[in-house]
Amino acid sequence: MGGSLNANHLMFLGYGALWTIGLSLIGLLGGGIAGFIVALCRISPSRIVRLLSAGYVQLIQGTPLLVIMFLTYFGLPALGVTVSPLMAAGASLTIFVSAYLGEIWRGCFESVPKPQWEAAEGLALSRSQRMMKVILPQAIRIATPPTVGFMVQIIKNTSLASVVGFVELARSGQIINNSLFEPFLIYTIIAVIYFALCYPLSRFSHRLEMRGGPARIELEAA
Amino acid sequence: MHKITRTDAASSVVGLSDVHKSFGALKVLNGVSFEVNRGEVLVLIGRSGSGKSTALRCIDRFETIDSGEIVVCGHRVSDPKLDLRALRQDVGIVFQSYNLFPHLTIEENITLAPCSVKGISKAQAKEQARRVLAQVGLEDKLHQYPEQLSGGQQQRAAIARSLAMQPKVMLFDEVTSALDPELTGEVLKVIEALAADGMTMVMVTHEMGFAKGIANRVVFMHHGKVHETGPAAILTSPATPELAQFVGAGL
Repeated sequence: MGGSLNANHLMFLGYGALWTIGLSLIGLLGGGIAGFIVALCRISPSRIVRLLSAGYVQLIQGTPLLVIMFLTYFGLPALGVTVSPLMAAGASLTIFVSAYLGEIWRGCFESVPKPQWEAAEGLALSRSQRMMKVILPQAIRIATPPTVGFMVQIIKNTSLASVVGFVELARSGQIINNSLFEPFLIYTIIAVIYFALCYPLSRFSHRLEMRGGPARIELEAA
Repeated sequence: MHKITRTDAASSVVGLSDVHKSFGALKVLNGVSFEVNRGEVLVLIGRSGSGKSTALRCIDRFETIDSGEIVVCGHRVSDPKLDLRALRQDVGIVFQSYNLFPHLTIEENITLAPCSVKGISKAQAKEQARRVLAQVGLEDKLHQYPEQLSGGQQQRAAIARSLAMQPKVMLFDEVTSALDPELTGEVLKVIEALAADGMTMVMVTHEMGFAKGIANRVVFMHHGKVHETGPAAILTSPATPELAQFVGAGL
Protein backbone atom coordinates (compact mmCIF):
# COMPACT_ATOMS: atom_id res chain seq x y z
CA MET A 1 0.00 0.00 0.00
CA GLY A 2 1.19 3.43 -0.77
CA GLY A 3 0.66 5.40 2.44
CA SER A 4 -1.38 8.63 2.56
CA LEU A 5 -1.78 11.73 0.47
CA ASN A 6 1.11 14.15 0.96
CA ALA A 7 2.51 17.37 -0.47
CA ASN A 8 4.37 15.55 -3.21
CA HIS A 9 1.14 14.05 -4.46
CA LEU A 10 -0.50 17.47 -4.48
CA MET A 11 2.45 18.92 -6.37
CA PHE A 12 2.14 16.14 -8.88
CA LEU A 13 -1.55 16.99 -9.29
CA GLY A 14 -0.70 20.66 -9.66
CA TYR A 15 1.77 19.77 -12.36
CA GLY A 16 -0.95 17.75 -14.11
CA ALA A 17 -3.32 20.70 -13.82
CA LEU A 18 -0.73 22.92 -15.51
CA TRP A 19 -0.58 20.47 -18.40
CA THR A 20 -4.36 20.48 -18.59
CA ILE A 21 -4.23 24.26 -18.94
CA GLY A 22 -1.39 24.03 -21.45
CA LEU A 23 -3.18 21.45 -23.55
CA SER A 24 -6.38 23.55 -23.41
CA LEU A 25 -4.46 26.56 -24.70
CA ILE A 26 -2.95 24.48 -27.51
CA GLY A 27 -6.46 23.29 -28.43
CA LEU A 28 -7.88 26.77 -28.25
CA LEU A 29 -5.10 28.35 -30.28
CA GLY A 30 -4.75 25.62 -32.91
CA GLY A 31 -8.47 24.97 -33.04
CA GLY A 32 -9.19 28.68 -33.10
CA ILE A 33 -6.98 29.29 -36.13
CA ALA A 34 -8.27 26.21 -37.96
CA GLY A 35 -11.84 26.97 -36.83
CA PHE A 36 -11.63 30.48 -38.24
CA ILE A 37 -10.65 29.02 -41.60
CA VAL A 38 -13.47 26.48 -41.33
CA ALA A 39 -15.97 29.28 -40.57
CA LEU A 40 -14.77 31.28 -43.58
CA CYS A 41 -15.09 28.18 -45.77
CA ARG A 42 -18.60 27.52 -44.47
CA ILE A 43 -19.76 30.92 -45.77
CA SER A 44 -17.62 30.90 -48.90
CA PRO A 45 -19.24 31.99 -52.17
CA SER A 46 -17.97 28.72 -53.67
CA ARG A 47 -20.44 25.85 -53.32
CA ILE A 48 -17.70 23.22 -53.42
CA VAL A 49 -15.81 24.87 -50.56
CA ARG A 50 -19.03 25.18 -48.55
CA LEU A 51 -19.87 21.51 -49.10
CA LEU A 52 -16.38 20.25 -48.29
CA SER A 53 -16.17 22.29 -45.10
CA ALA A 54 -19.68 21.21 -44.06
CA GLY A 55 -18.61 17.60 -44.63
CA TYR A 56 -15.51 18.13 -42.48
CA VAL A 57 -17.60 19.56 -39.66
CA GLN A 58 -20.13 16.71 -39.85
CA LEU A 59 -17.36 14.12 -39.89
CA ILE A 60 -15.51 15.53 -36.89
CA GLN A 61 -18.64 16.29 -34.88
CA GLY A 62 -19.78 12.74 -35.55
CA THR A 63 -16.54 11.21 -34.29
CA PRO A 64 -15.78 10.91 -30.55
CA LEU A 65 -12.69 12.84 -29.53
CA LEU A 66 -11.46 9.63 -27.97
CA VAL A 67 -11.43 7.95 -31.39
CA ILE A 68 -9.61 10.92 -32.94
CA MET A 69 -6.99 10.56 -30.19
CA PHE A 70 -6.62 6.82 -30.88
CA LEU A 71 -6.31 7.48 -34.60
CA THR A 72 -3.55 10.05 -34.22
CA TYR A 73 -1.64 8.27 -31.46
CA PHE A 74 -1.99 4.61 -32.51
CA GLY A 75 -3.11 4.96 -36.13
CA LEU A 76 -0.40 7.27 -37.44
CA PRO A 77 2.53 5.16 -36.15
CA ALA A 78 1.01 2.20 -38.01
CA LEU A 79 1.45 4.35 -41.13
CA GLY A 80 5.03 5.07 -40.19
CA VAL A 81 4.56 8.45 -38.51
CA THR A 82 5.58 8.49 -34.88
CA VAL A 83 3.94 11.02 -32.63
CA SER A 84 4.50 11.93 -29.01
CA PRO A 85 1.52 11.95 -26.63
CA LEU A 86 1.66 15.75 -26.57
CA MET A 87 1.60 15.96 -30.36
CA ALA A 88 -1.22 13.44 -30.64
CA ALA A 89 -3.30 15.13 -27.95
CA GLY A 90 -2.62 18.63 -29.32
CA ALA A 91 -3.44 17.65 -32.90
CA SER A 92 -6.58 15.77 -31.91
CA LEU A 93 -7.87 18.65 -29.81
CA THR A 94 -7.07 21.10 -32.61
CA ILE A 95 -9.10 19.04 -35.08
CA PHE A 96 -11.95 18.58 -32.60
CA VAL A 97 -12.08 22.25 -31.59
CA SER A 98 -11.82 23.49 -35.19
CA ALA A 99 -15.06 21.75 -36.15
CA TYR A 100 -17.01 23.11 -33.19
CA LEU A 101 -15.59 26.64 -33.17
CA GLY A 102 -15.92 26.75 -36.96
CA GLU A 103 -19.60 26.02 -36.63
CA ILE A 104 -20.12 28.43 -33.72
CA TRP A 105 -18.35 31.21 -35.63
CA ARG A 106 -20.21 30.50 -38.85
CA GLY A 107 -23.39 31.17 -36.89
CA CYS A 108 -21.89 34.42 -35.56
CA PHE A 109 -20.95 35.61 -39.05
CA GLU A 110 -24.41 34.81 -40.27
CA SER A 111 -26.11 36.56 -37.38
CA VAL A 112 -24.61 39.89 -38.47
CA PRO A 113 -27.76 41.29 -40.10
CA LYS A 114 -27.90 40.74 -43.86
CA PRO A 115 -28.44 44.46 -44.60
CA GLN A 116 -24.99 45.11 -43.12
CA TRP A 117 -23.45 42.88 -45.78
CA GLU A 118 -25.51 44.60 -48.45
CA ALA A 119 -24.60 48.08 -47.28
CA ALA A 120 -20.92 47.11 -47.45
CA GLU A 121 -21.41 45.68 -50.92
CA GLY A 122 -23.26 48.78 -52.04
CA LEU A 123 -20.22 50.85 -51.08
CA ALA A 124 -18.09 48.81 -53.52
CA LEU A 125 -15.94 47.27 -50.75
CA SER A 126 -14.18 44.07 -51.83
CA ARG A 127 -15.09 40.79 -50.18
CA SER A 128 -12.07 40.85 -47.88
CA GLN A 129 -12.68 44.50 -46.98
CA ARG A 130 -16.31 43.75 -46.16
CA MET A 131 -15.20 40.82 -44.03
CA MET A 132 -12.38 42.57 -42.16
CA LYS A 133 -13.86 46.01 -41.68
CA VAL A 134 -17.60 45.49 -41.45
CA ILE A 135 -18.57 41.91 -40.62
CA LEU A 136 -15.72 40.61 -38.46
CA PRO A 137 -15.78 43.43 -35.87
CA GLN A 138 -19.50 42.85 -35.37
CA ALA A 139 -19.18 39.05 -35.42
CA ILE A 140 -16.47 39.13 -32.73
CA ARG A 141 -18.84 40.89 -30.35
CA ILE A 142 -21.43 38.21 -30.96
CA ALA A 143 -18.88 35.38 -30.81
CA THR A 144 -17.16 36.19 -27.53
CA PRO A 145 -19.66 34.70 -25.04
CA PRO A 146 -20.14 31.33 -26.81
CA THR A 147 -16.40 31.06 -27.46
CA VAL A 148 -15.53 31.58 -23.80
CA GLY A 149 -18.28 29.11 -22.96
CA PHE A 150 -16.80 26.54 -25.31
CA MET A 151 -13.43 26.86 -23.58
CA VAL A 152 -15.05 24.98 -20.70
CA GLN A 153 -15.69 22.07 -23.07
CA ILE A 154 -12.08 22.19 -24.24
CA ILE A 155 -10.74 22.01 -20.68
CA LYS A 156 -12.95 19.06 -19.78
CA ASN A 157 -12.14 17.23 -23.01
CA THR A 158 -8.39 17.44 -22.39
CA SER A 159 -8.97 14.67 -19.81
CA LEU A 160 -9.32 12.26 -22.76
CA ALA A 161 -5.64 12.81 -23.54
CA SER A 162 -4.94 10.50 -20.61
CA VAL A 163 -5.76 7.54 -22.85
CA VAL A 164 -2.74 8.24 -25.05
CA GLY A 165 -0.50 8.41 -22.01
CA PHE A 166 -0.43 12.18 -21.74
CA VAL A 167 -0.07 13.09 -18.08
CA GLU A 168 -2.55 15.86 -17.51
CA LEU A 169 -4.78 16.35 -14.48
CA ALA A 170 -6.96 13.24 -14.85
CA ARG A 171 -4.03 10.98 -15.68
CA SER A 172 -1.95 12.29 -12.77
CA GLY A 173 -4.91 11.53 -10.49
CA GLN A 174 -5.02 7.99 -11.85
CA ILE A 175 -1.32 7.53 -11.25
CA ILE A 176 -1.55 8.70 -7.66
CA ASN A 177 -4.58 6.53 -7.05
CA ASN A 178 -2.69 3.53 -8.35
CA SER A 179 -0.32 3.88 -5.44
CA LEU A 180 -2.69 5.19 -2.75
CA PHE A 181 -5.99 3.37 -3.51
CA GLU A 182 -8.06 6.32 -2.33
CA PRO A 183 -10.25 6.77 -5.39
CA PHE A 184 -13.04 8.75 -3.73
CA LEU A 185 -10.71 11.28 -2.15
CA ILE A 186 -8.43 11.63 -5.15
CA TYR A 187 -11.10 11.89 -7.80
CA THR A 188 -12.97 14.39 -5.64
CA ILE A 189 -9.86 16.53 -5.59
CA ILE A 190 -9.56 16.16 -9.37
CA ALA A 191 -13.20 17.16 -9.81
CA VAL A 192 -12.73 20.21 -7.59
CA ILE A 193 -9.70 21.32 -9.61
CA TYR A 194 -11.59 20.93 -12.91
CA PHE A 195 -14.47 22.88 -11.41
CA ALA A 196 -12.11 25.62 -10.23
CA LEU A 197 -10.77 25.91 -13.80
CA CYS A 198 -14.15 25.84 -15.52
CA TYR A 199 -16.46 27.76 -13.24
CA PRO A 200 -14.81 31.20 -13.64
CA LEU A 201 -15.00 30.76 -17.41
CA SER A 202 -18.69 29.86 -17.24
CA ARG A 203 -19.37 32.91 -15.09
CA PHE A 204 -17.33 35.12 -17.39
CA SER A 205 -19.17 33.81 -20.45
CA HIS A 206 -22.49 34.45 -18.77
CA ARG A 207 -21.48 38.00 -17.85
CA LEU A 208 -20.38 38.68 -21.42
CA GLU A 209 -23.70 37.39 -22.65
CA MET A 210 -25.60 39.72 -20.34
CA ARG A 211 -23.50 42.65 -21.47
CA GLY A 212 -23.64 41.63 -25.12
CA GLY A 213 -27.42 41.30 -25.08
CA PRO A 214 -28.48 44.92 -25.48
CA ALA A 215 -25.67 45.61 -27.95
CA ARG A 216 -26.86 42.74 -30.10
CA ILE A 217 -30.43 44.00 -30.09
CA GLU A 218 -29.19 47.38 -31.27
CA LEU A 219 -27.20 45.70 -34.02
CA GLU A 220 -30.28 43.95 -35.28
CA ALA A 221 -32.37 47.10 -35.16
CA ALA A 222 -29.79 49.04 -37.15
CA MET B 1 -19.45 67.26 -60.06
CA HIS B 2 -21.11 65.60 -63.02
CA LYS B 3 -18.40 64.63 -65.39
CA ILE B 4 -19.56 63.18 -68.66
CA THR B 5 -17.28 60.30 -69.53
CA ARG B 6 -19.18 58.89 -72.46
CA THR B 7 -20.14 60.67 -75.64
CA ASP B 8 -22.72 58.26 -76.98
CA ALA B 9 -26.12 58.32 -75.31
CA ALA B 10 -24.52 60.52 -72.69
CA SER B 11 -27.81 61.50 -71.17
CA SER B 12 -29.07 57.99 -70.30
CA VAL B 13 -27.79 56.95 -66.89
CA VAL B 14 -30.05 53.99 -66.14
CA GLY B 15 -31.86 51.92 -68.73
CA LEU B 16 -33.97 48.82 -68.21
CA SER B 17 -35.42 47.01 -71.20
CA ASP B 18 -37.82 44.11 -71.01
CA VAL B 19 -36.51 42.91 -67.64
CA HIS B 20 -37.91 39.64 -66.32
CA LYS B 21 -37.26 38.24 -62.86
CA SER B 22 -38.81 35.44 -60.84
CA PHE B 23 -38.32 34.25 -57.30
CA GLY B 24 -39.03 30.57 -57.79
CA ALA B 25 -42.52 30.30 -59.23
CA LEU B 26 -43.34 33.91 -58.38
CA LYS B 27 -42.92 36.29 -61.30
CA VAL B 28 -41.82 39.59 -59.81
CA LEU B 29 -40.77 41.54 -62.89
CA ASN B 30 -42.64 40.80 -66.06
CA GLY B 31 -41.07 42.82 -68.83
CA VAL B 32 -40.11 46.08 -67.15
CA SER B 33 -38.60 48.91 -69.19
CA PHE B 34 -37.77 52.46 -68.24
CA GLU B 35 -34.99 54.95 -68.68
CA VAL B 36 -33.51 57.61 -66.45
CA ASN B 37 -31.58 60.51 -67.95
CA ARG B 38 -28.84 62.51 -66.32
CA GLY B 39 -30.16 64.90 -63.72
CA GLU B 40 -33.56 63.26 -63.70
CA VAL B 41 -35.53 62.04 -60.69
CA LEU B 42 -37.54 58.91 -61.36
CA VAL B 43 -40.01 57.79 -58.73
CA LEU B 44 -41.17 54.18 -58.60
CA ILE B 45 -44.54 53.68 -56.96
CA GLY B 46 -46.91 50.78 -56.57
CA ARG B 47 -48.43 48.42 -54.07
CA SER B 48 -46.34 46.13 -51.88
CA GLY B 49 -45.33 43.21 -54.04
CA SER B 50 -45.68 45.10 -57.31
CA GLY B 51 -41.96 44.66 -57.98
CA LYS B 52 -40.77 48.23 -57.49
CA SER B 53 -38.15 47.47 -54.86
CA THR B 54 -36.92 44.47 -56.84
CA ALA B 55 -36.58 46.65 -59.95
CA LEU B 56 -34.52 49.14 -57.94
CA ARG B 57 -32.31 46.42 -56.46
CA CYS B 58 -31.68 44.98 -59.93
CA ILE B 59 -30.10 48.29 -60.95
CA ASP B 60 -27.34 47.79 -58.37
CA ARG B 61 -27.20 44.01 -59.04
CA PHE B 62 -28.45 43.09 -55.59
CA GLU B 63 -30.76 40.87 -57.58
CA THR B 64 -29.83 39.17 -60.84
CA ILE B 65 -32.34 39.18 -63.66
CA ASP B 66 -33.61 36.26 -65.72
CA SER B 67 -33.81 38.06 -69.05
CA GLY B 68 -33.77 41.53 -70.55
CA GLU B 69 -31.06 44.13 -70.27
CA ILE B 70 -30.01 46.73 -67.73
CA VAL B 71 -27.38 49.35 -68.52
CA VAL B 72 -26.22 51.68 -65.75
CA CYS B 73 -23.61 54.40 -66.39
CA GLY B 74 -22.26 52.37 -69.28
CA HIS B 75 -22.06 49.11 -67.27
CA ARG B 76 -24.02 46.20 -68.69
CA VAL B 77 -25.48 45.03 -65.38
CA SER B 78 -26.93 41.86 -66.89
CA ASP B 79 -23.51 40.77 -68.17
CA PRO B 80 -22.21 37.88 -66.01
CA LYS B 81 -18.69 39.31 -66.41
CA LEU B 82 -19.76 42.67 -65.00
CA ASP B 83 -17.20 44.44 -62.80
CA LEU B 84 -19.49 44.69 -59.77
CA ARG B 85 -17.27 47.02 -57.81
CA ALA B 86 -16.96 49.42 -60.71
CA LEU B 87 -20.75 49.50 -61.02
CA ARG B 88 -21.14 50.15 -57.31
CA GLN B 89 -18.68 52.99 -57.38
CA ASP B 90 -20.99 54.73 -59.83
CA VAL B 91 -24.19 53.86 -58.01
CA GLY B 92 -25.05 54.95 -54.47
CA ILE B 93 -27.79 53.11 -52.63
CA VAL B 94 -29.65 54.05 -49.46
CA PHE B 95 -31.84 51.50 -47.69
CA GLN B 96 -34.95 51.66 -45.57
CA SER B 97 -33.08 50.44 -42.49
CA TYR B 98 -30.13 52.93 -42.84
CA ASN B 99 -27.58 50.13 -42.33
CA LEU B 100 -24.87 52.32 -40.86
CA PHE B 101 -22.06 50.21 -39.42
CA PRO B 102 -22.74 50.22 -35.65
CA HIS B 103 -19.13 49.67 -34.60
CA LEU B 104 -17.85 52.74 -36.45
CA THR B 105 -18.34 56.44 -35.81
CA ILE B 106 -20.22 58.48 -38.38
CA GLU B 107 -16.92 59.80 -39.70
CA GLU B 108 -15.49 56.27 -39.99
CA ASN B 109 -18.69 55.09 -41.67
CA ILE B 110 -18.25 57.79 -44.29
CA THR B 111 -14.49 57.54 -44.82
CA LEU B 112 -14.32 53.72 -44.95
CA ALA B 113 -15.23 53.24 -48.60
CA PRO B 114 -13.43 56.27 -50.07
CA CYS B 115 -10.23 55.21 -48.27
CA SER B 116 -10.42 51.47 -48.99
CA VAL B 117 -12.01 51.54 -52.44
CA LYS B 118 -10.79 54.75 -54.00
CA GLY B 119 -7.56 54.85 -52.05
CA ILE B 120 -7.74 58.52 -51.14
CA SER B 121 -5.81 59.71 -48.10
CA LYS B 122 -7.29 59.72 -44.59
CA ALA B 123 -7.00 63.50 -44.41
CA GLN B 124 -8.75 63.99 -47.73
CA ALA B 125 -11.48 61.54 -46.75
CA LYS B 126 -12.06 63.31 -43.44
CA GLU B 127 -12.29 66.63 -45.23
CA GLN B 128 -14.84 65.12 -47.57
CA ALA B 129 -16.76 63.56 -44.66
CA ARG B 130 -17.14 67.01 -43.15
CA ARG B 131 -18.40 68.34 -46.48
CA VAL B 132 -21.02 65.65 -47.10
CA LEU B 133 -22.18 65.79 -43.49
CA ALA B 134 -22.66 69.53 -43.84
CA GLN B 135 -24.69 68.80 -46.93
CA VAL B 136 -27.14 66.74 -44.86
CA GLY B 137 -26.96 69.05 -41.85
CA LEU B 138 -25.07 66.76 -39.48
CA GLU B 139 -21.61 68.34 -39.30
CA ASP B 140 -21.73 68.14 -35.48
CA LYS B 141 -22.21 64.34 -35.44
CA LEU B 142 -18.82 63.43 -36.91
CA HIS B 143 -17.58 61.56 -33.86
CA GLN B 144 -20.80 59.99 -32.65
CA TYR B 145 -21.84 56.39 -33.11
CA PRO B 146 -24.96 55.53 -35.13
CA GLU B 147 -26.87 54.39 -32.03
CA GLN B 148 -26.50 57.90 -30.58
CA LEU B 149 -28.44 59.39 -33.50
CA SER B 150 -32.17 59.53 -34.18
CA GLY B 151 -33.56 57.51 -37.08
CA GLY B 152 -33.79 60.56 -39.29
CA GLN B 153 -30.22 61.54 -38.48
CA GLN B 154 -29.01 58.01 -39.16
CA GLN B 155 -30.72 58.03 -42.53
CA ARG B 156 -29.17 61.40 -43.39
CA ALA B 157 -25.77 60.04 -42.34
CA ALA B 158 -26.37 57.02 -44.59
CA ILE B 159 -27.10 59.39 -47.48
CA ALA B 160 -23.89 61.29 -46.68
CA ARG B 161 -21.96 58.00 -46.66
CA SER B 162 -23.22 57.26 -50.16
CA LEU B 163 -22.48 60.77 -51.38
CA ALA B 164 -18.87 60.49 -50.24
CA MET B 165 -18.32 57.93 -53.02
CA GLN B 166 -19.42 60.59 -55.51
CA PRO B 167 -21.90 58.35 -57.29
CA LYS B 168 -23.33 59.23 -60.67
CA VAL B 169 -26.75 57.99 -59.68
CA MET B 170 -28.40 57.50 -56.30
CA LEU B 171 -30.96 54.81 -55.48
CA PHE B 172 -33.34 55.29 -52.56
CA ASP B 173 -35.25 52.22 -51.40
CA GLU B 174 -38.16 53.39 -49.23
CA VAL B 175 -35.77 55.46 -47.17
CA THR B 176 -38.43 57.08 -45.01
CA SER B 177 -40.64 54.06 -44.36
CA ALA B 178 -39.12 53.44 -40.92
CA LEU B 179 -39.46 57.09 -39.82
CA ASP B 180 -42.21 59.14 -38.19
CA PRO B 181 -43.60 62.12 -40.16
CA GLU B 182 -41.32 64.69 -38.56
CA LEU B 183 -38.14 62.70 -39.20
CA THR B 184 -39.41 61.84 -42.68
CA GLY B 185 -39.57 65.56 -43.41
CA GLU B 186 -35.91 66.16 -42.56
CA VAL B 187 -34.78 63.29 -44.77
CA LEU B 188 -36.96 64.35 -47.69
CA LYS B 189 -35.52 67.88 -47.45
CA VAL B 190 -32.03 66.45 -47.92
CA ILE B 191 -33.17 64.48 -50.96
CA GLU B 192 -34.85 67.57 -52.42
CA ALA B 193 -31.62 69.51 -52.05
CA LEU B 194 -29.78 66.74 -53.88
CA ALA B 195 -32.29 66.83 -56.70
CA ALA B 196 -31.90 70.60 -56.93
CA ASP B 197 -28.15 70.04 -57.25
CA GLY B 198 -28.80 67.91 -60.31
CA MET B 199 -28.20 64.44 -58.84
CA THR B 200 -29.69 61.63 -60.91
CA MET B 201 -31.97 59.58 -58.70
CA VAL B 202 -34.24 56.59 -58.72
CA MET B 203 -36.44 56.17 -55.69
CA VAL B 204 -39.07 53.89 -54.35
CA THR B 205 -41.37 55.79 -52.02
CA HIS B 206 -44.83 55.78 -50.51
CA GLU B 207 -44.75 59.54 -49.92
CA MET B 208 -47.10 60.66 -52.69
CA GLY B 209 -46.97 64.34 -51.84
CA PHE B 210 -43.19 64.23 -51.96
CA ALA B 211 -43.21 62.24 -55.22
CA LYS B 212 -45.40 64.89 -56.82
CA GLY B 213 -43.01 67.63 -55.87
CA ILE B 214 -39.75 65.98 -56.85
CA ALA B 215 -40.41 63.51 -59.68
CA ASN B 216 -39.49 64.30 -63.27
CA ARG B 217 -41.04 61.00 -64.09
CA VAL B 218 -43.27 58.60 -62.24
CA VAL B 219 -43.37 54.88 -62.95
CA PHE B 220 -46.39 53.09 -61.53
CA MET B 221 -45.73 49.36 -61.19
CA HIS B 222 -48.53 46.84 -61.06
CA HIS B 223 -48.19 43.03 -61.17
CA GLY B 224 -44.53 43.25 -62.19
CA LYS B 225 -45.16 45.58 -65.10
CA VAL B 226 -44.92 49.30 -65.76
CA HIS B 227 -48.64 49.95 -65.72
CA GLU B 228 -48.54 53.69 -66.23
CA THR B 229 -45.74 56.18 -66.59
CA GLY B 230 -45.47 59.88 -67.16
CA PRO B 231 -44.66 63.20 -65.49
CA ALA B 232 -45.61 63.86 -61.87
CA ALA B 233 -48.95 65.13 -63.13
CA ILE B 234 -50.20 61.55 -63.59
CA LEU B 235 -50.46 61.34 -59.83
CA THR B 236 -53.18 63.98 -59.87
CA SER B 237 -54.83 62.89 -63.09
CA PRO B 238 -54.16 59.19 -63.55
CA ALA B 239 -55.10 57.55 -66.84
CA THR B 240 -55.65 54.02 -65.56
CA PRO B 241 -58.16 52.96 -62.91
CA GLU B 242 -55.42 51.04 -61.05
CA LEU B 243 -53.30 54.14 -60.53
CA ALA B 244 -56.39 56.15 -59.67
CA GLN B 245 -57.23 53.62 -57.01
CA PHE B 246 -53.65 53.53 -55.75
CA VAL B 247 -53.26 57.28 -55.36
CA GLY B 248 -56.78 57.52 -54.00
CA ALA B 249 -55.83 55.04 -51.30
CA GLY B 250 -52.42 56.62 -50.84
CA LEU B 251 -53.61 60.13 -50.05
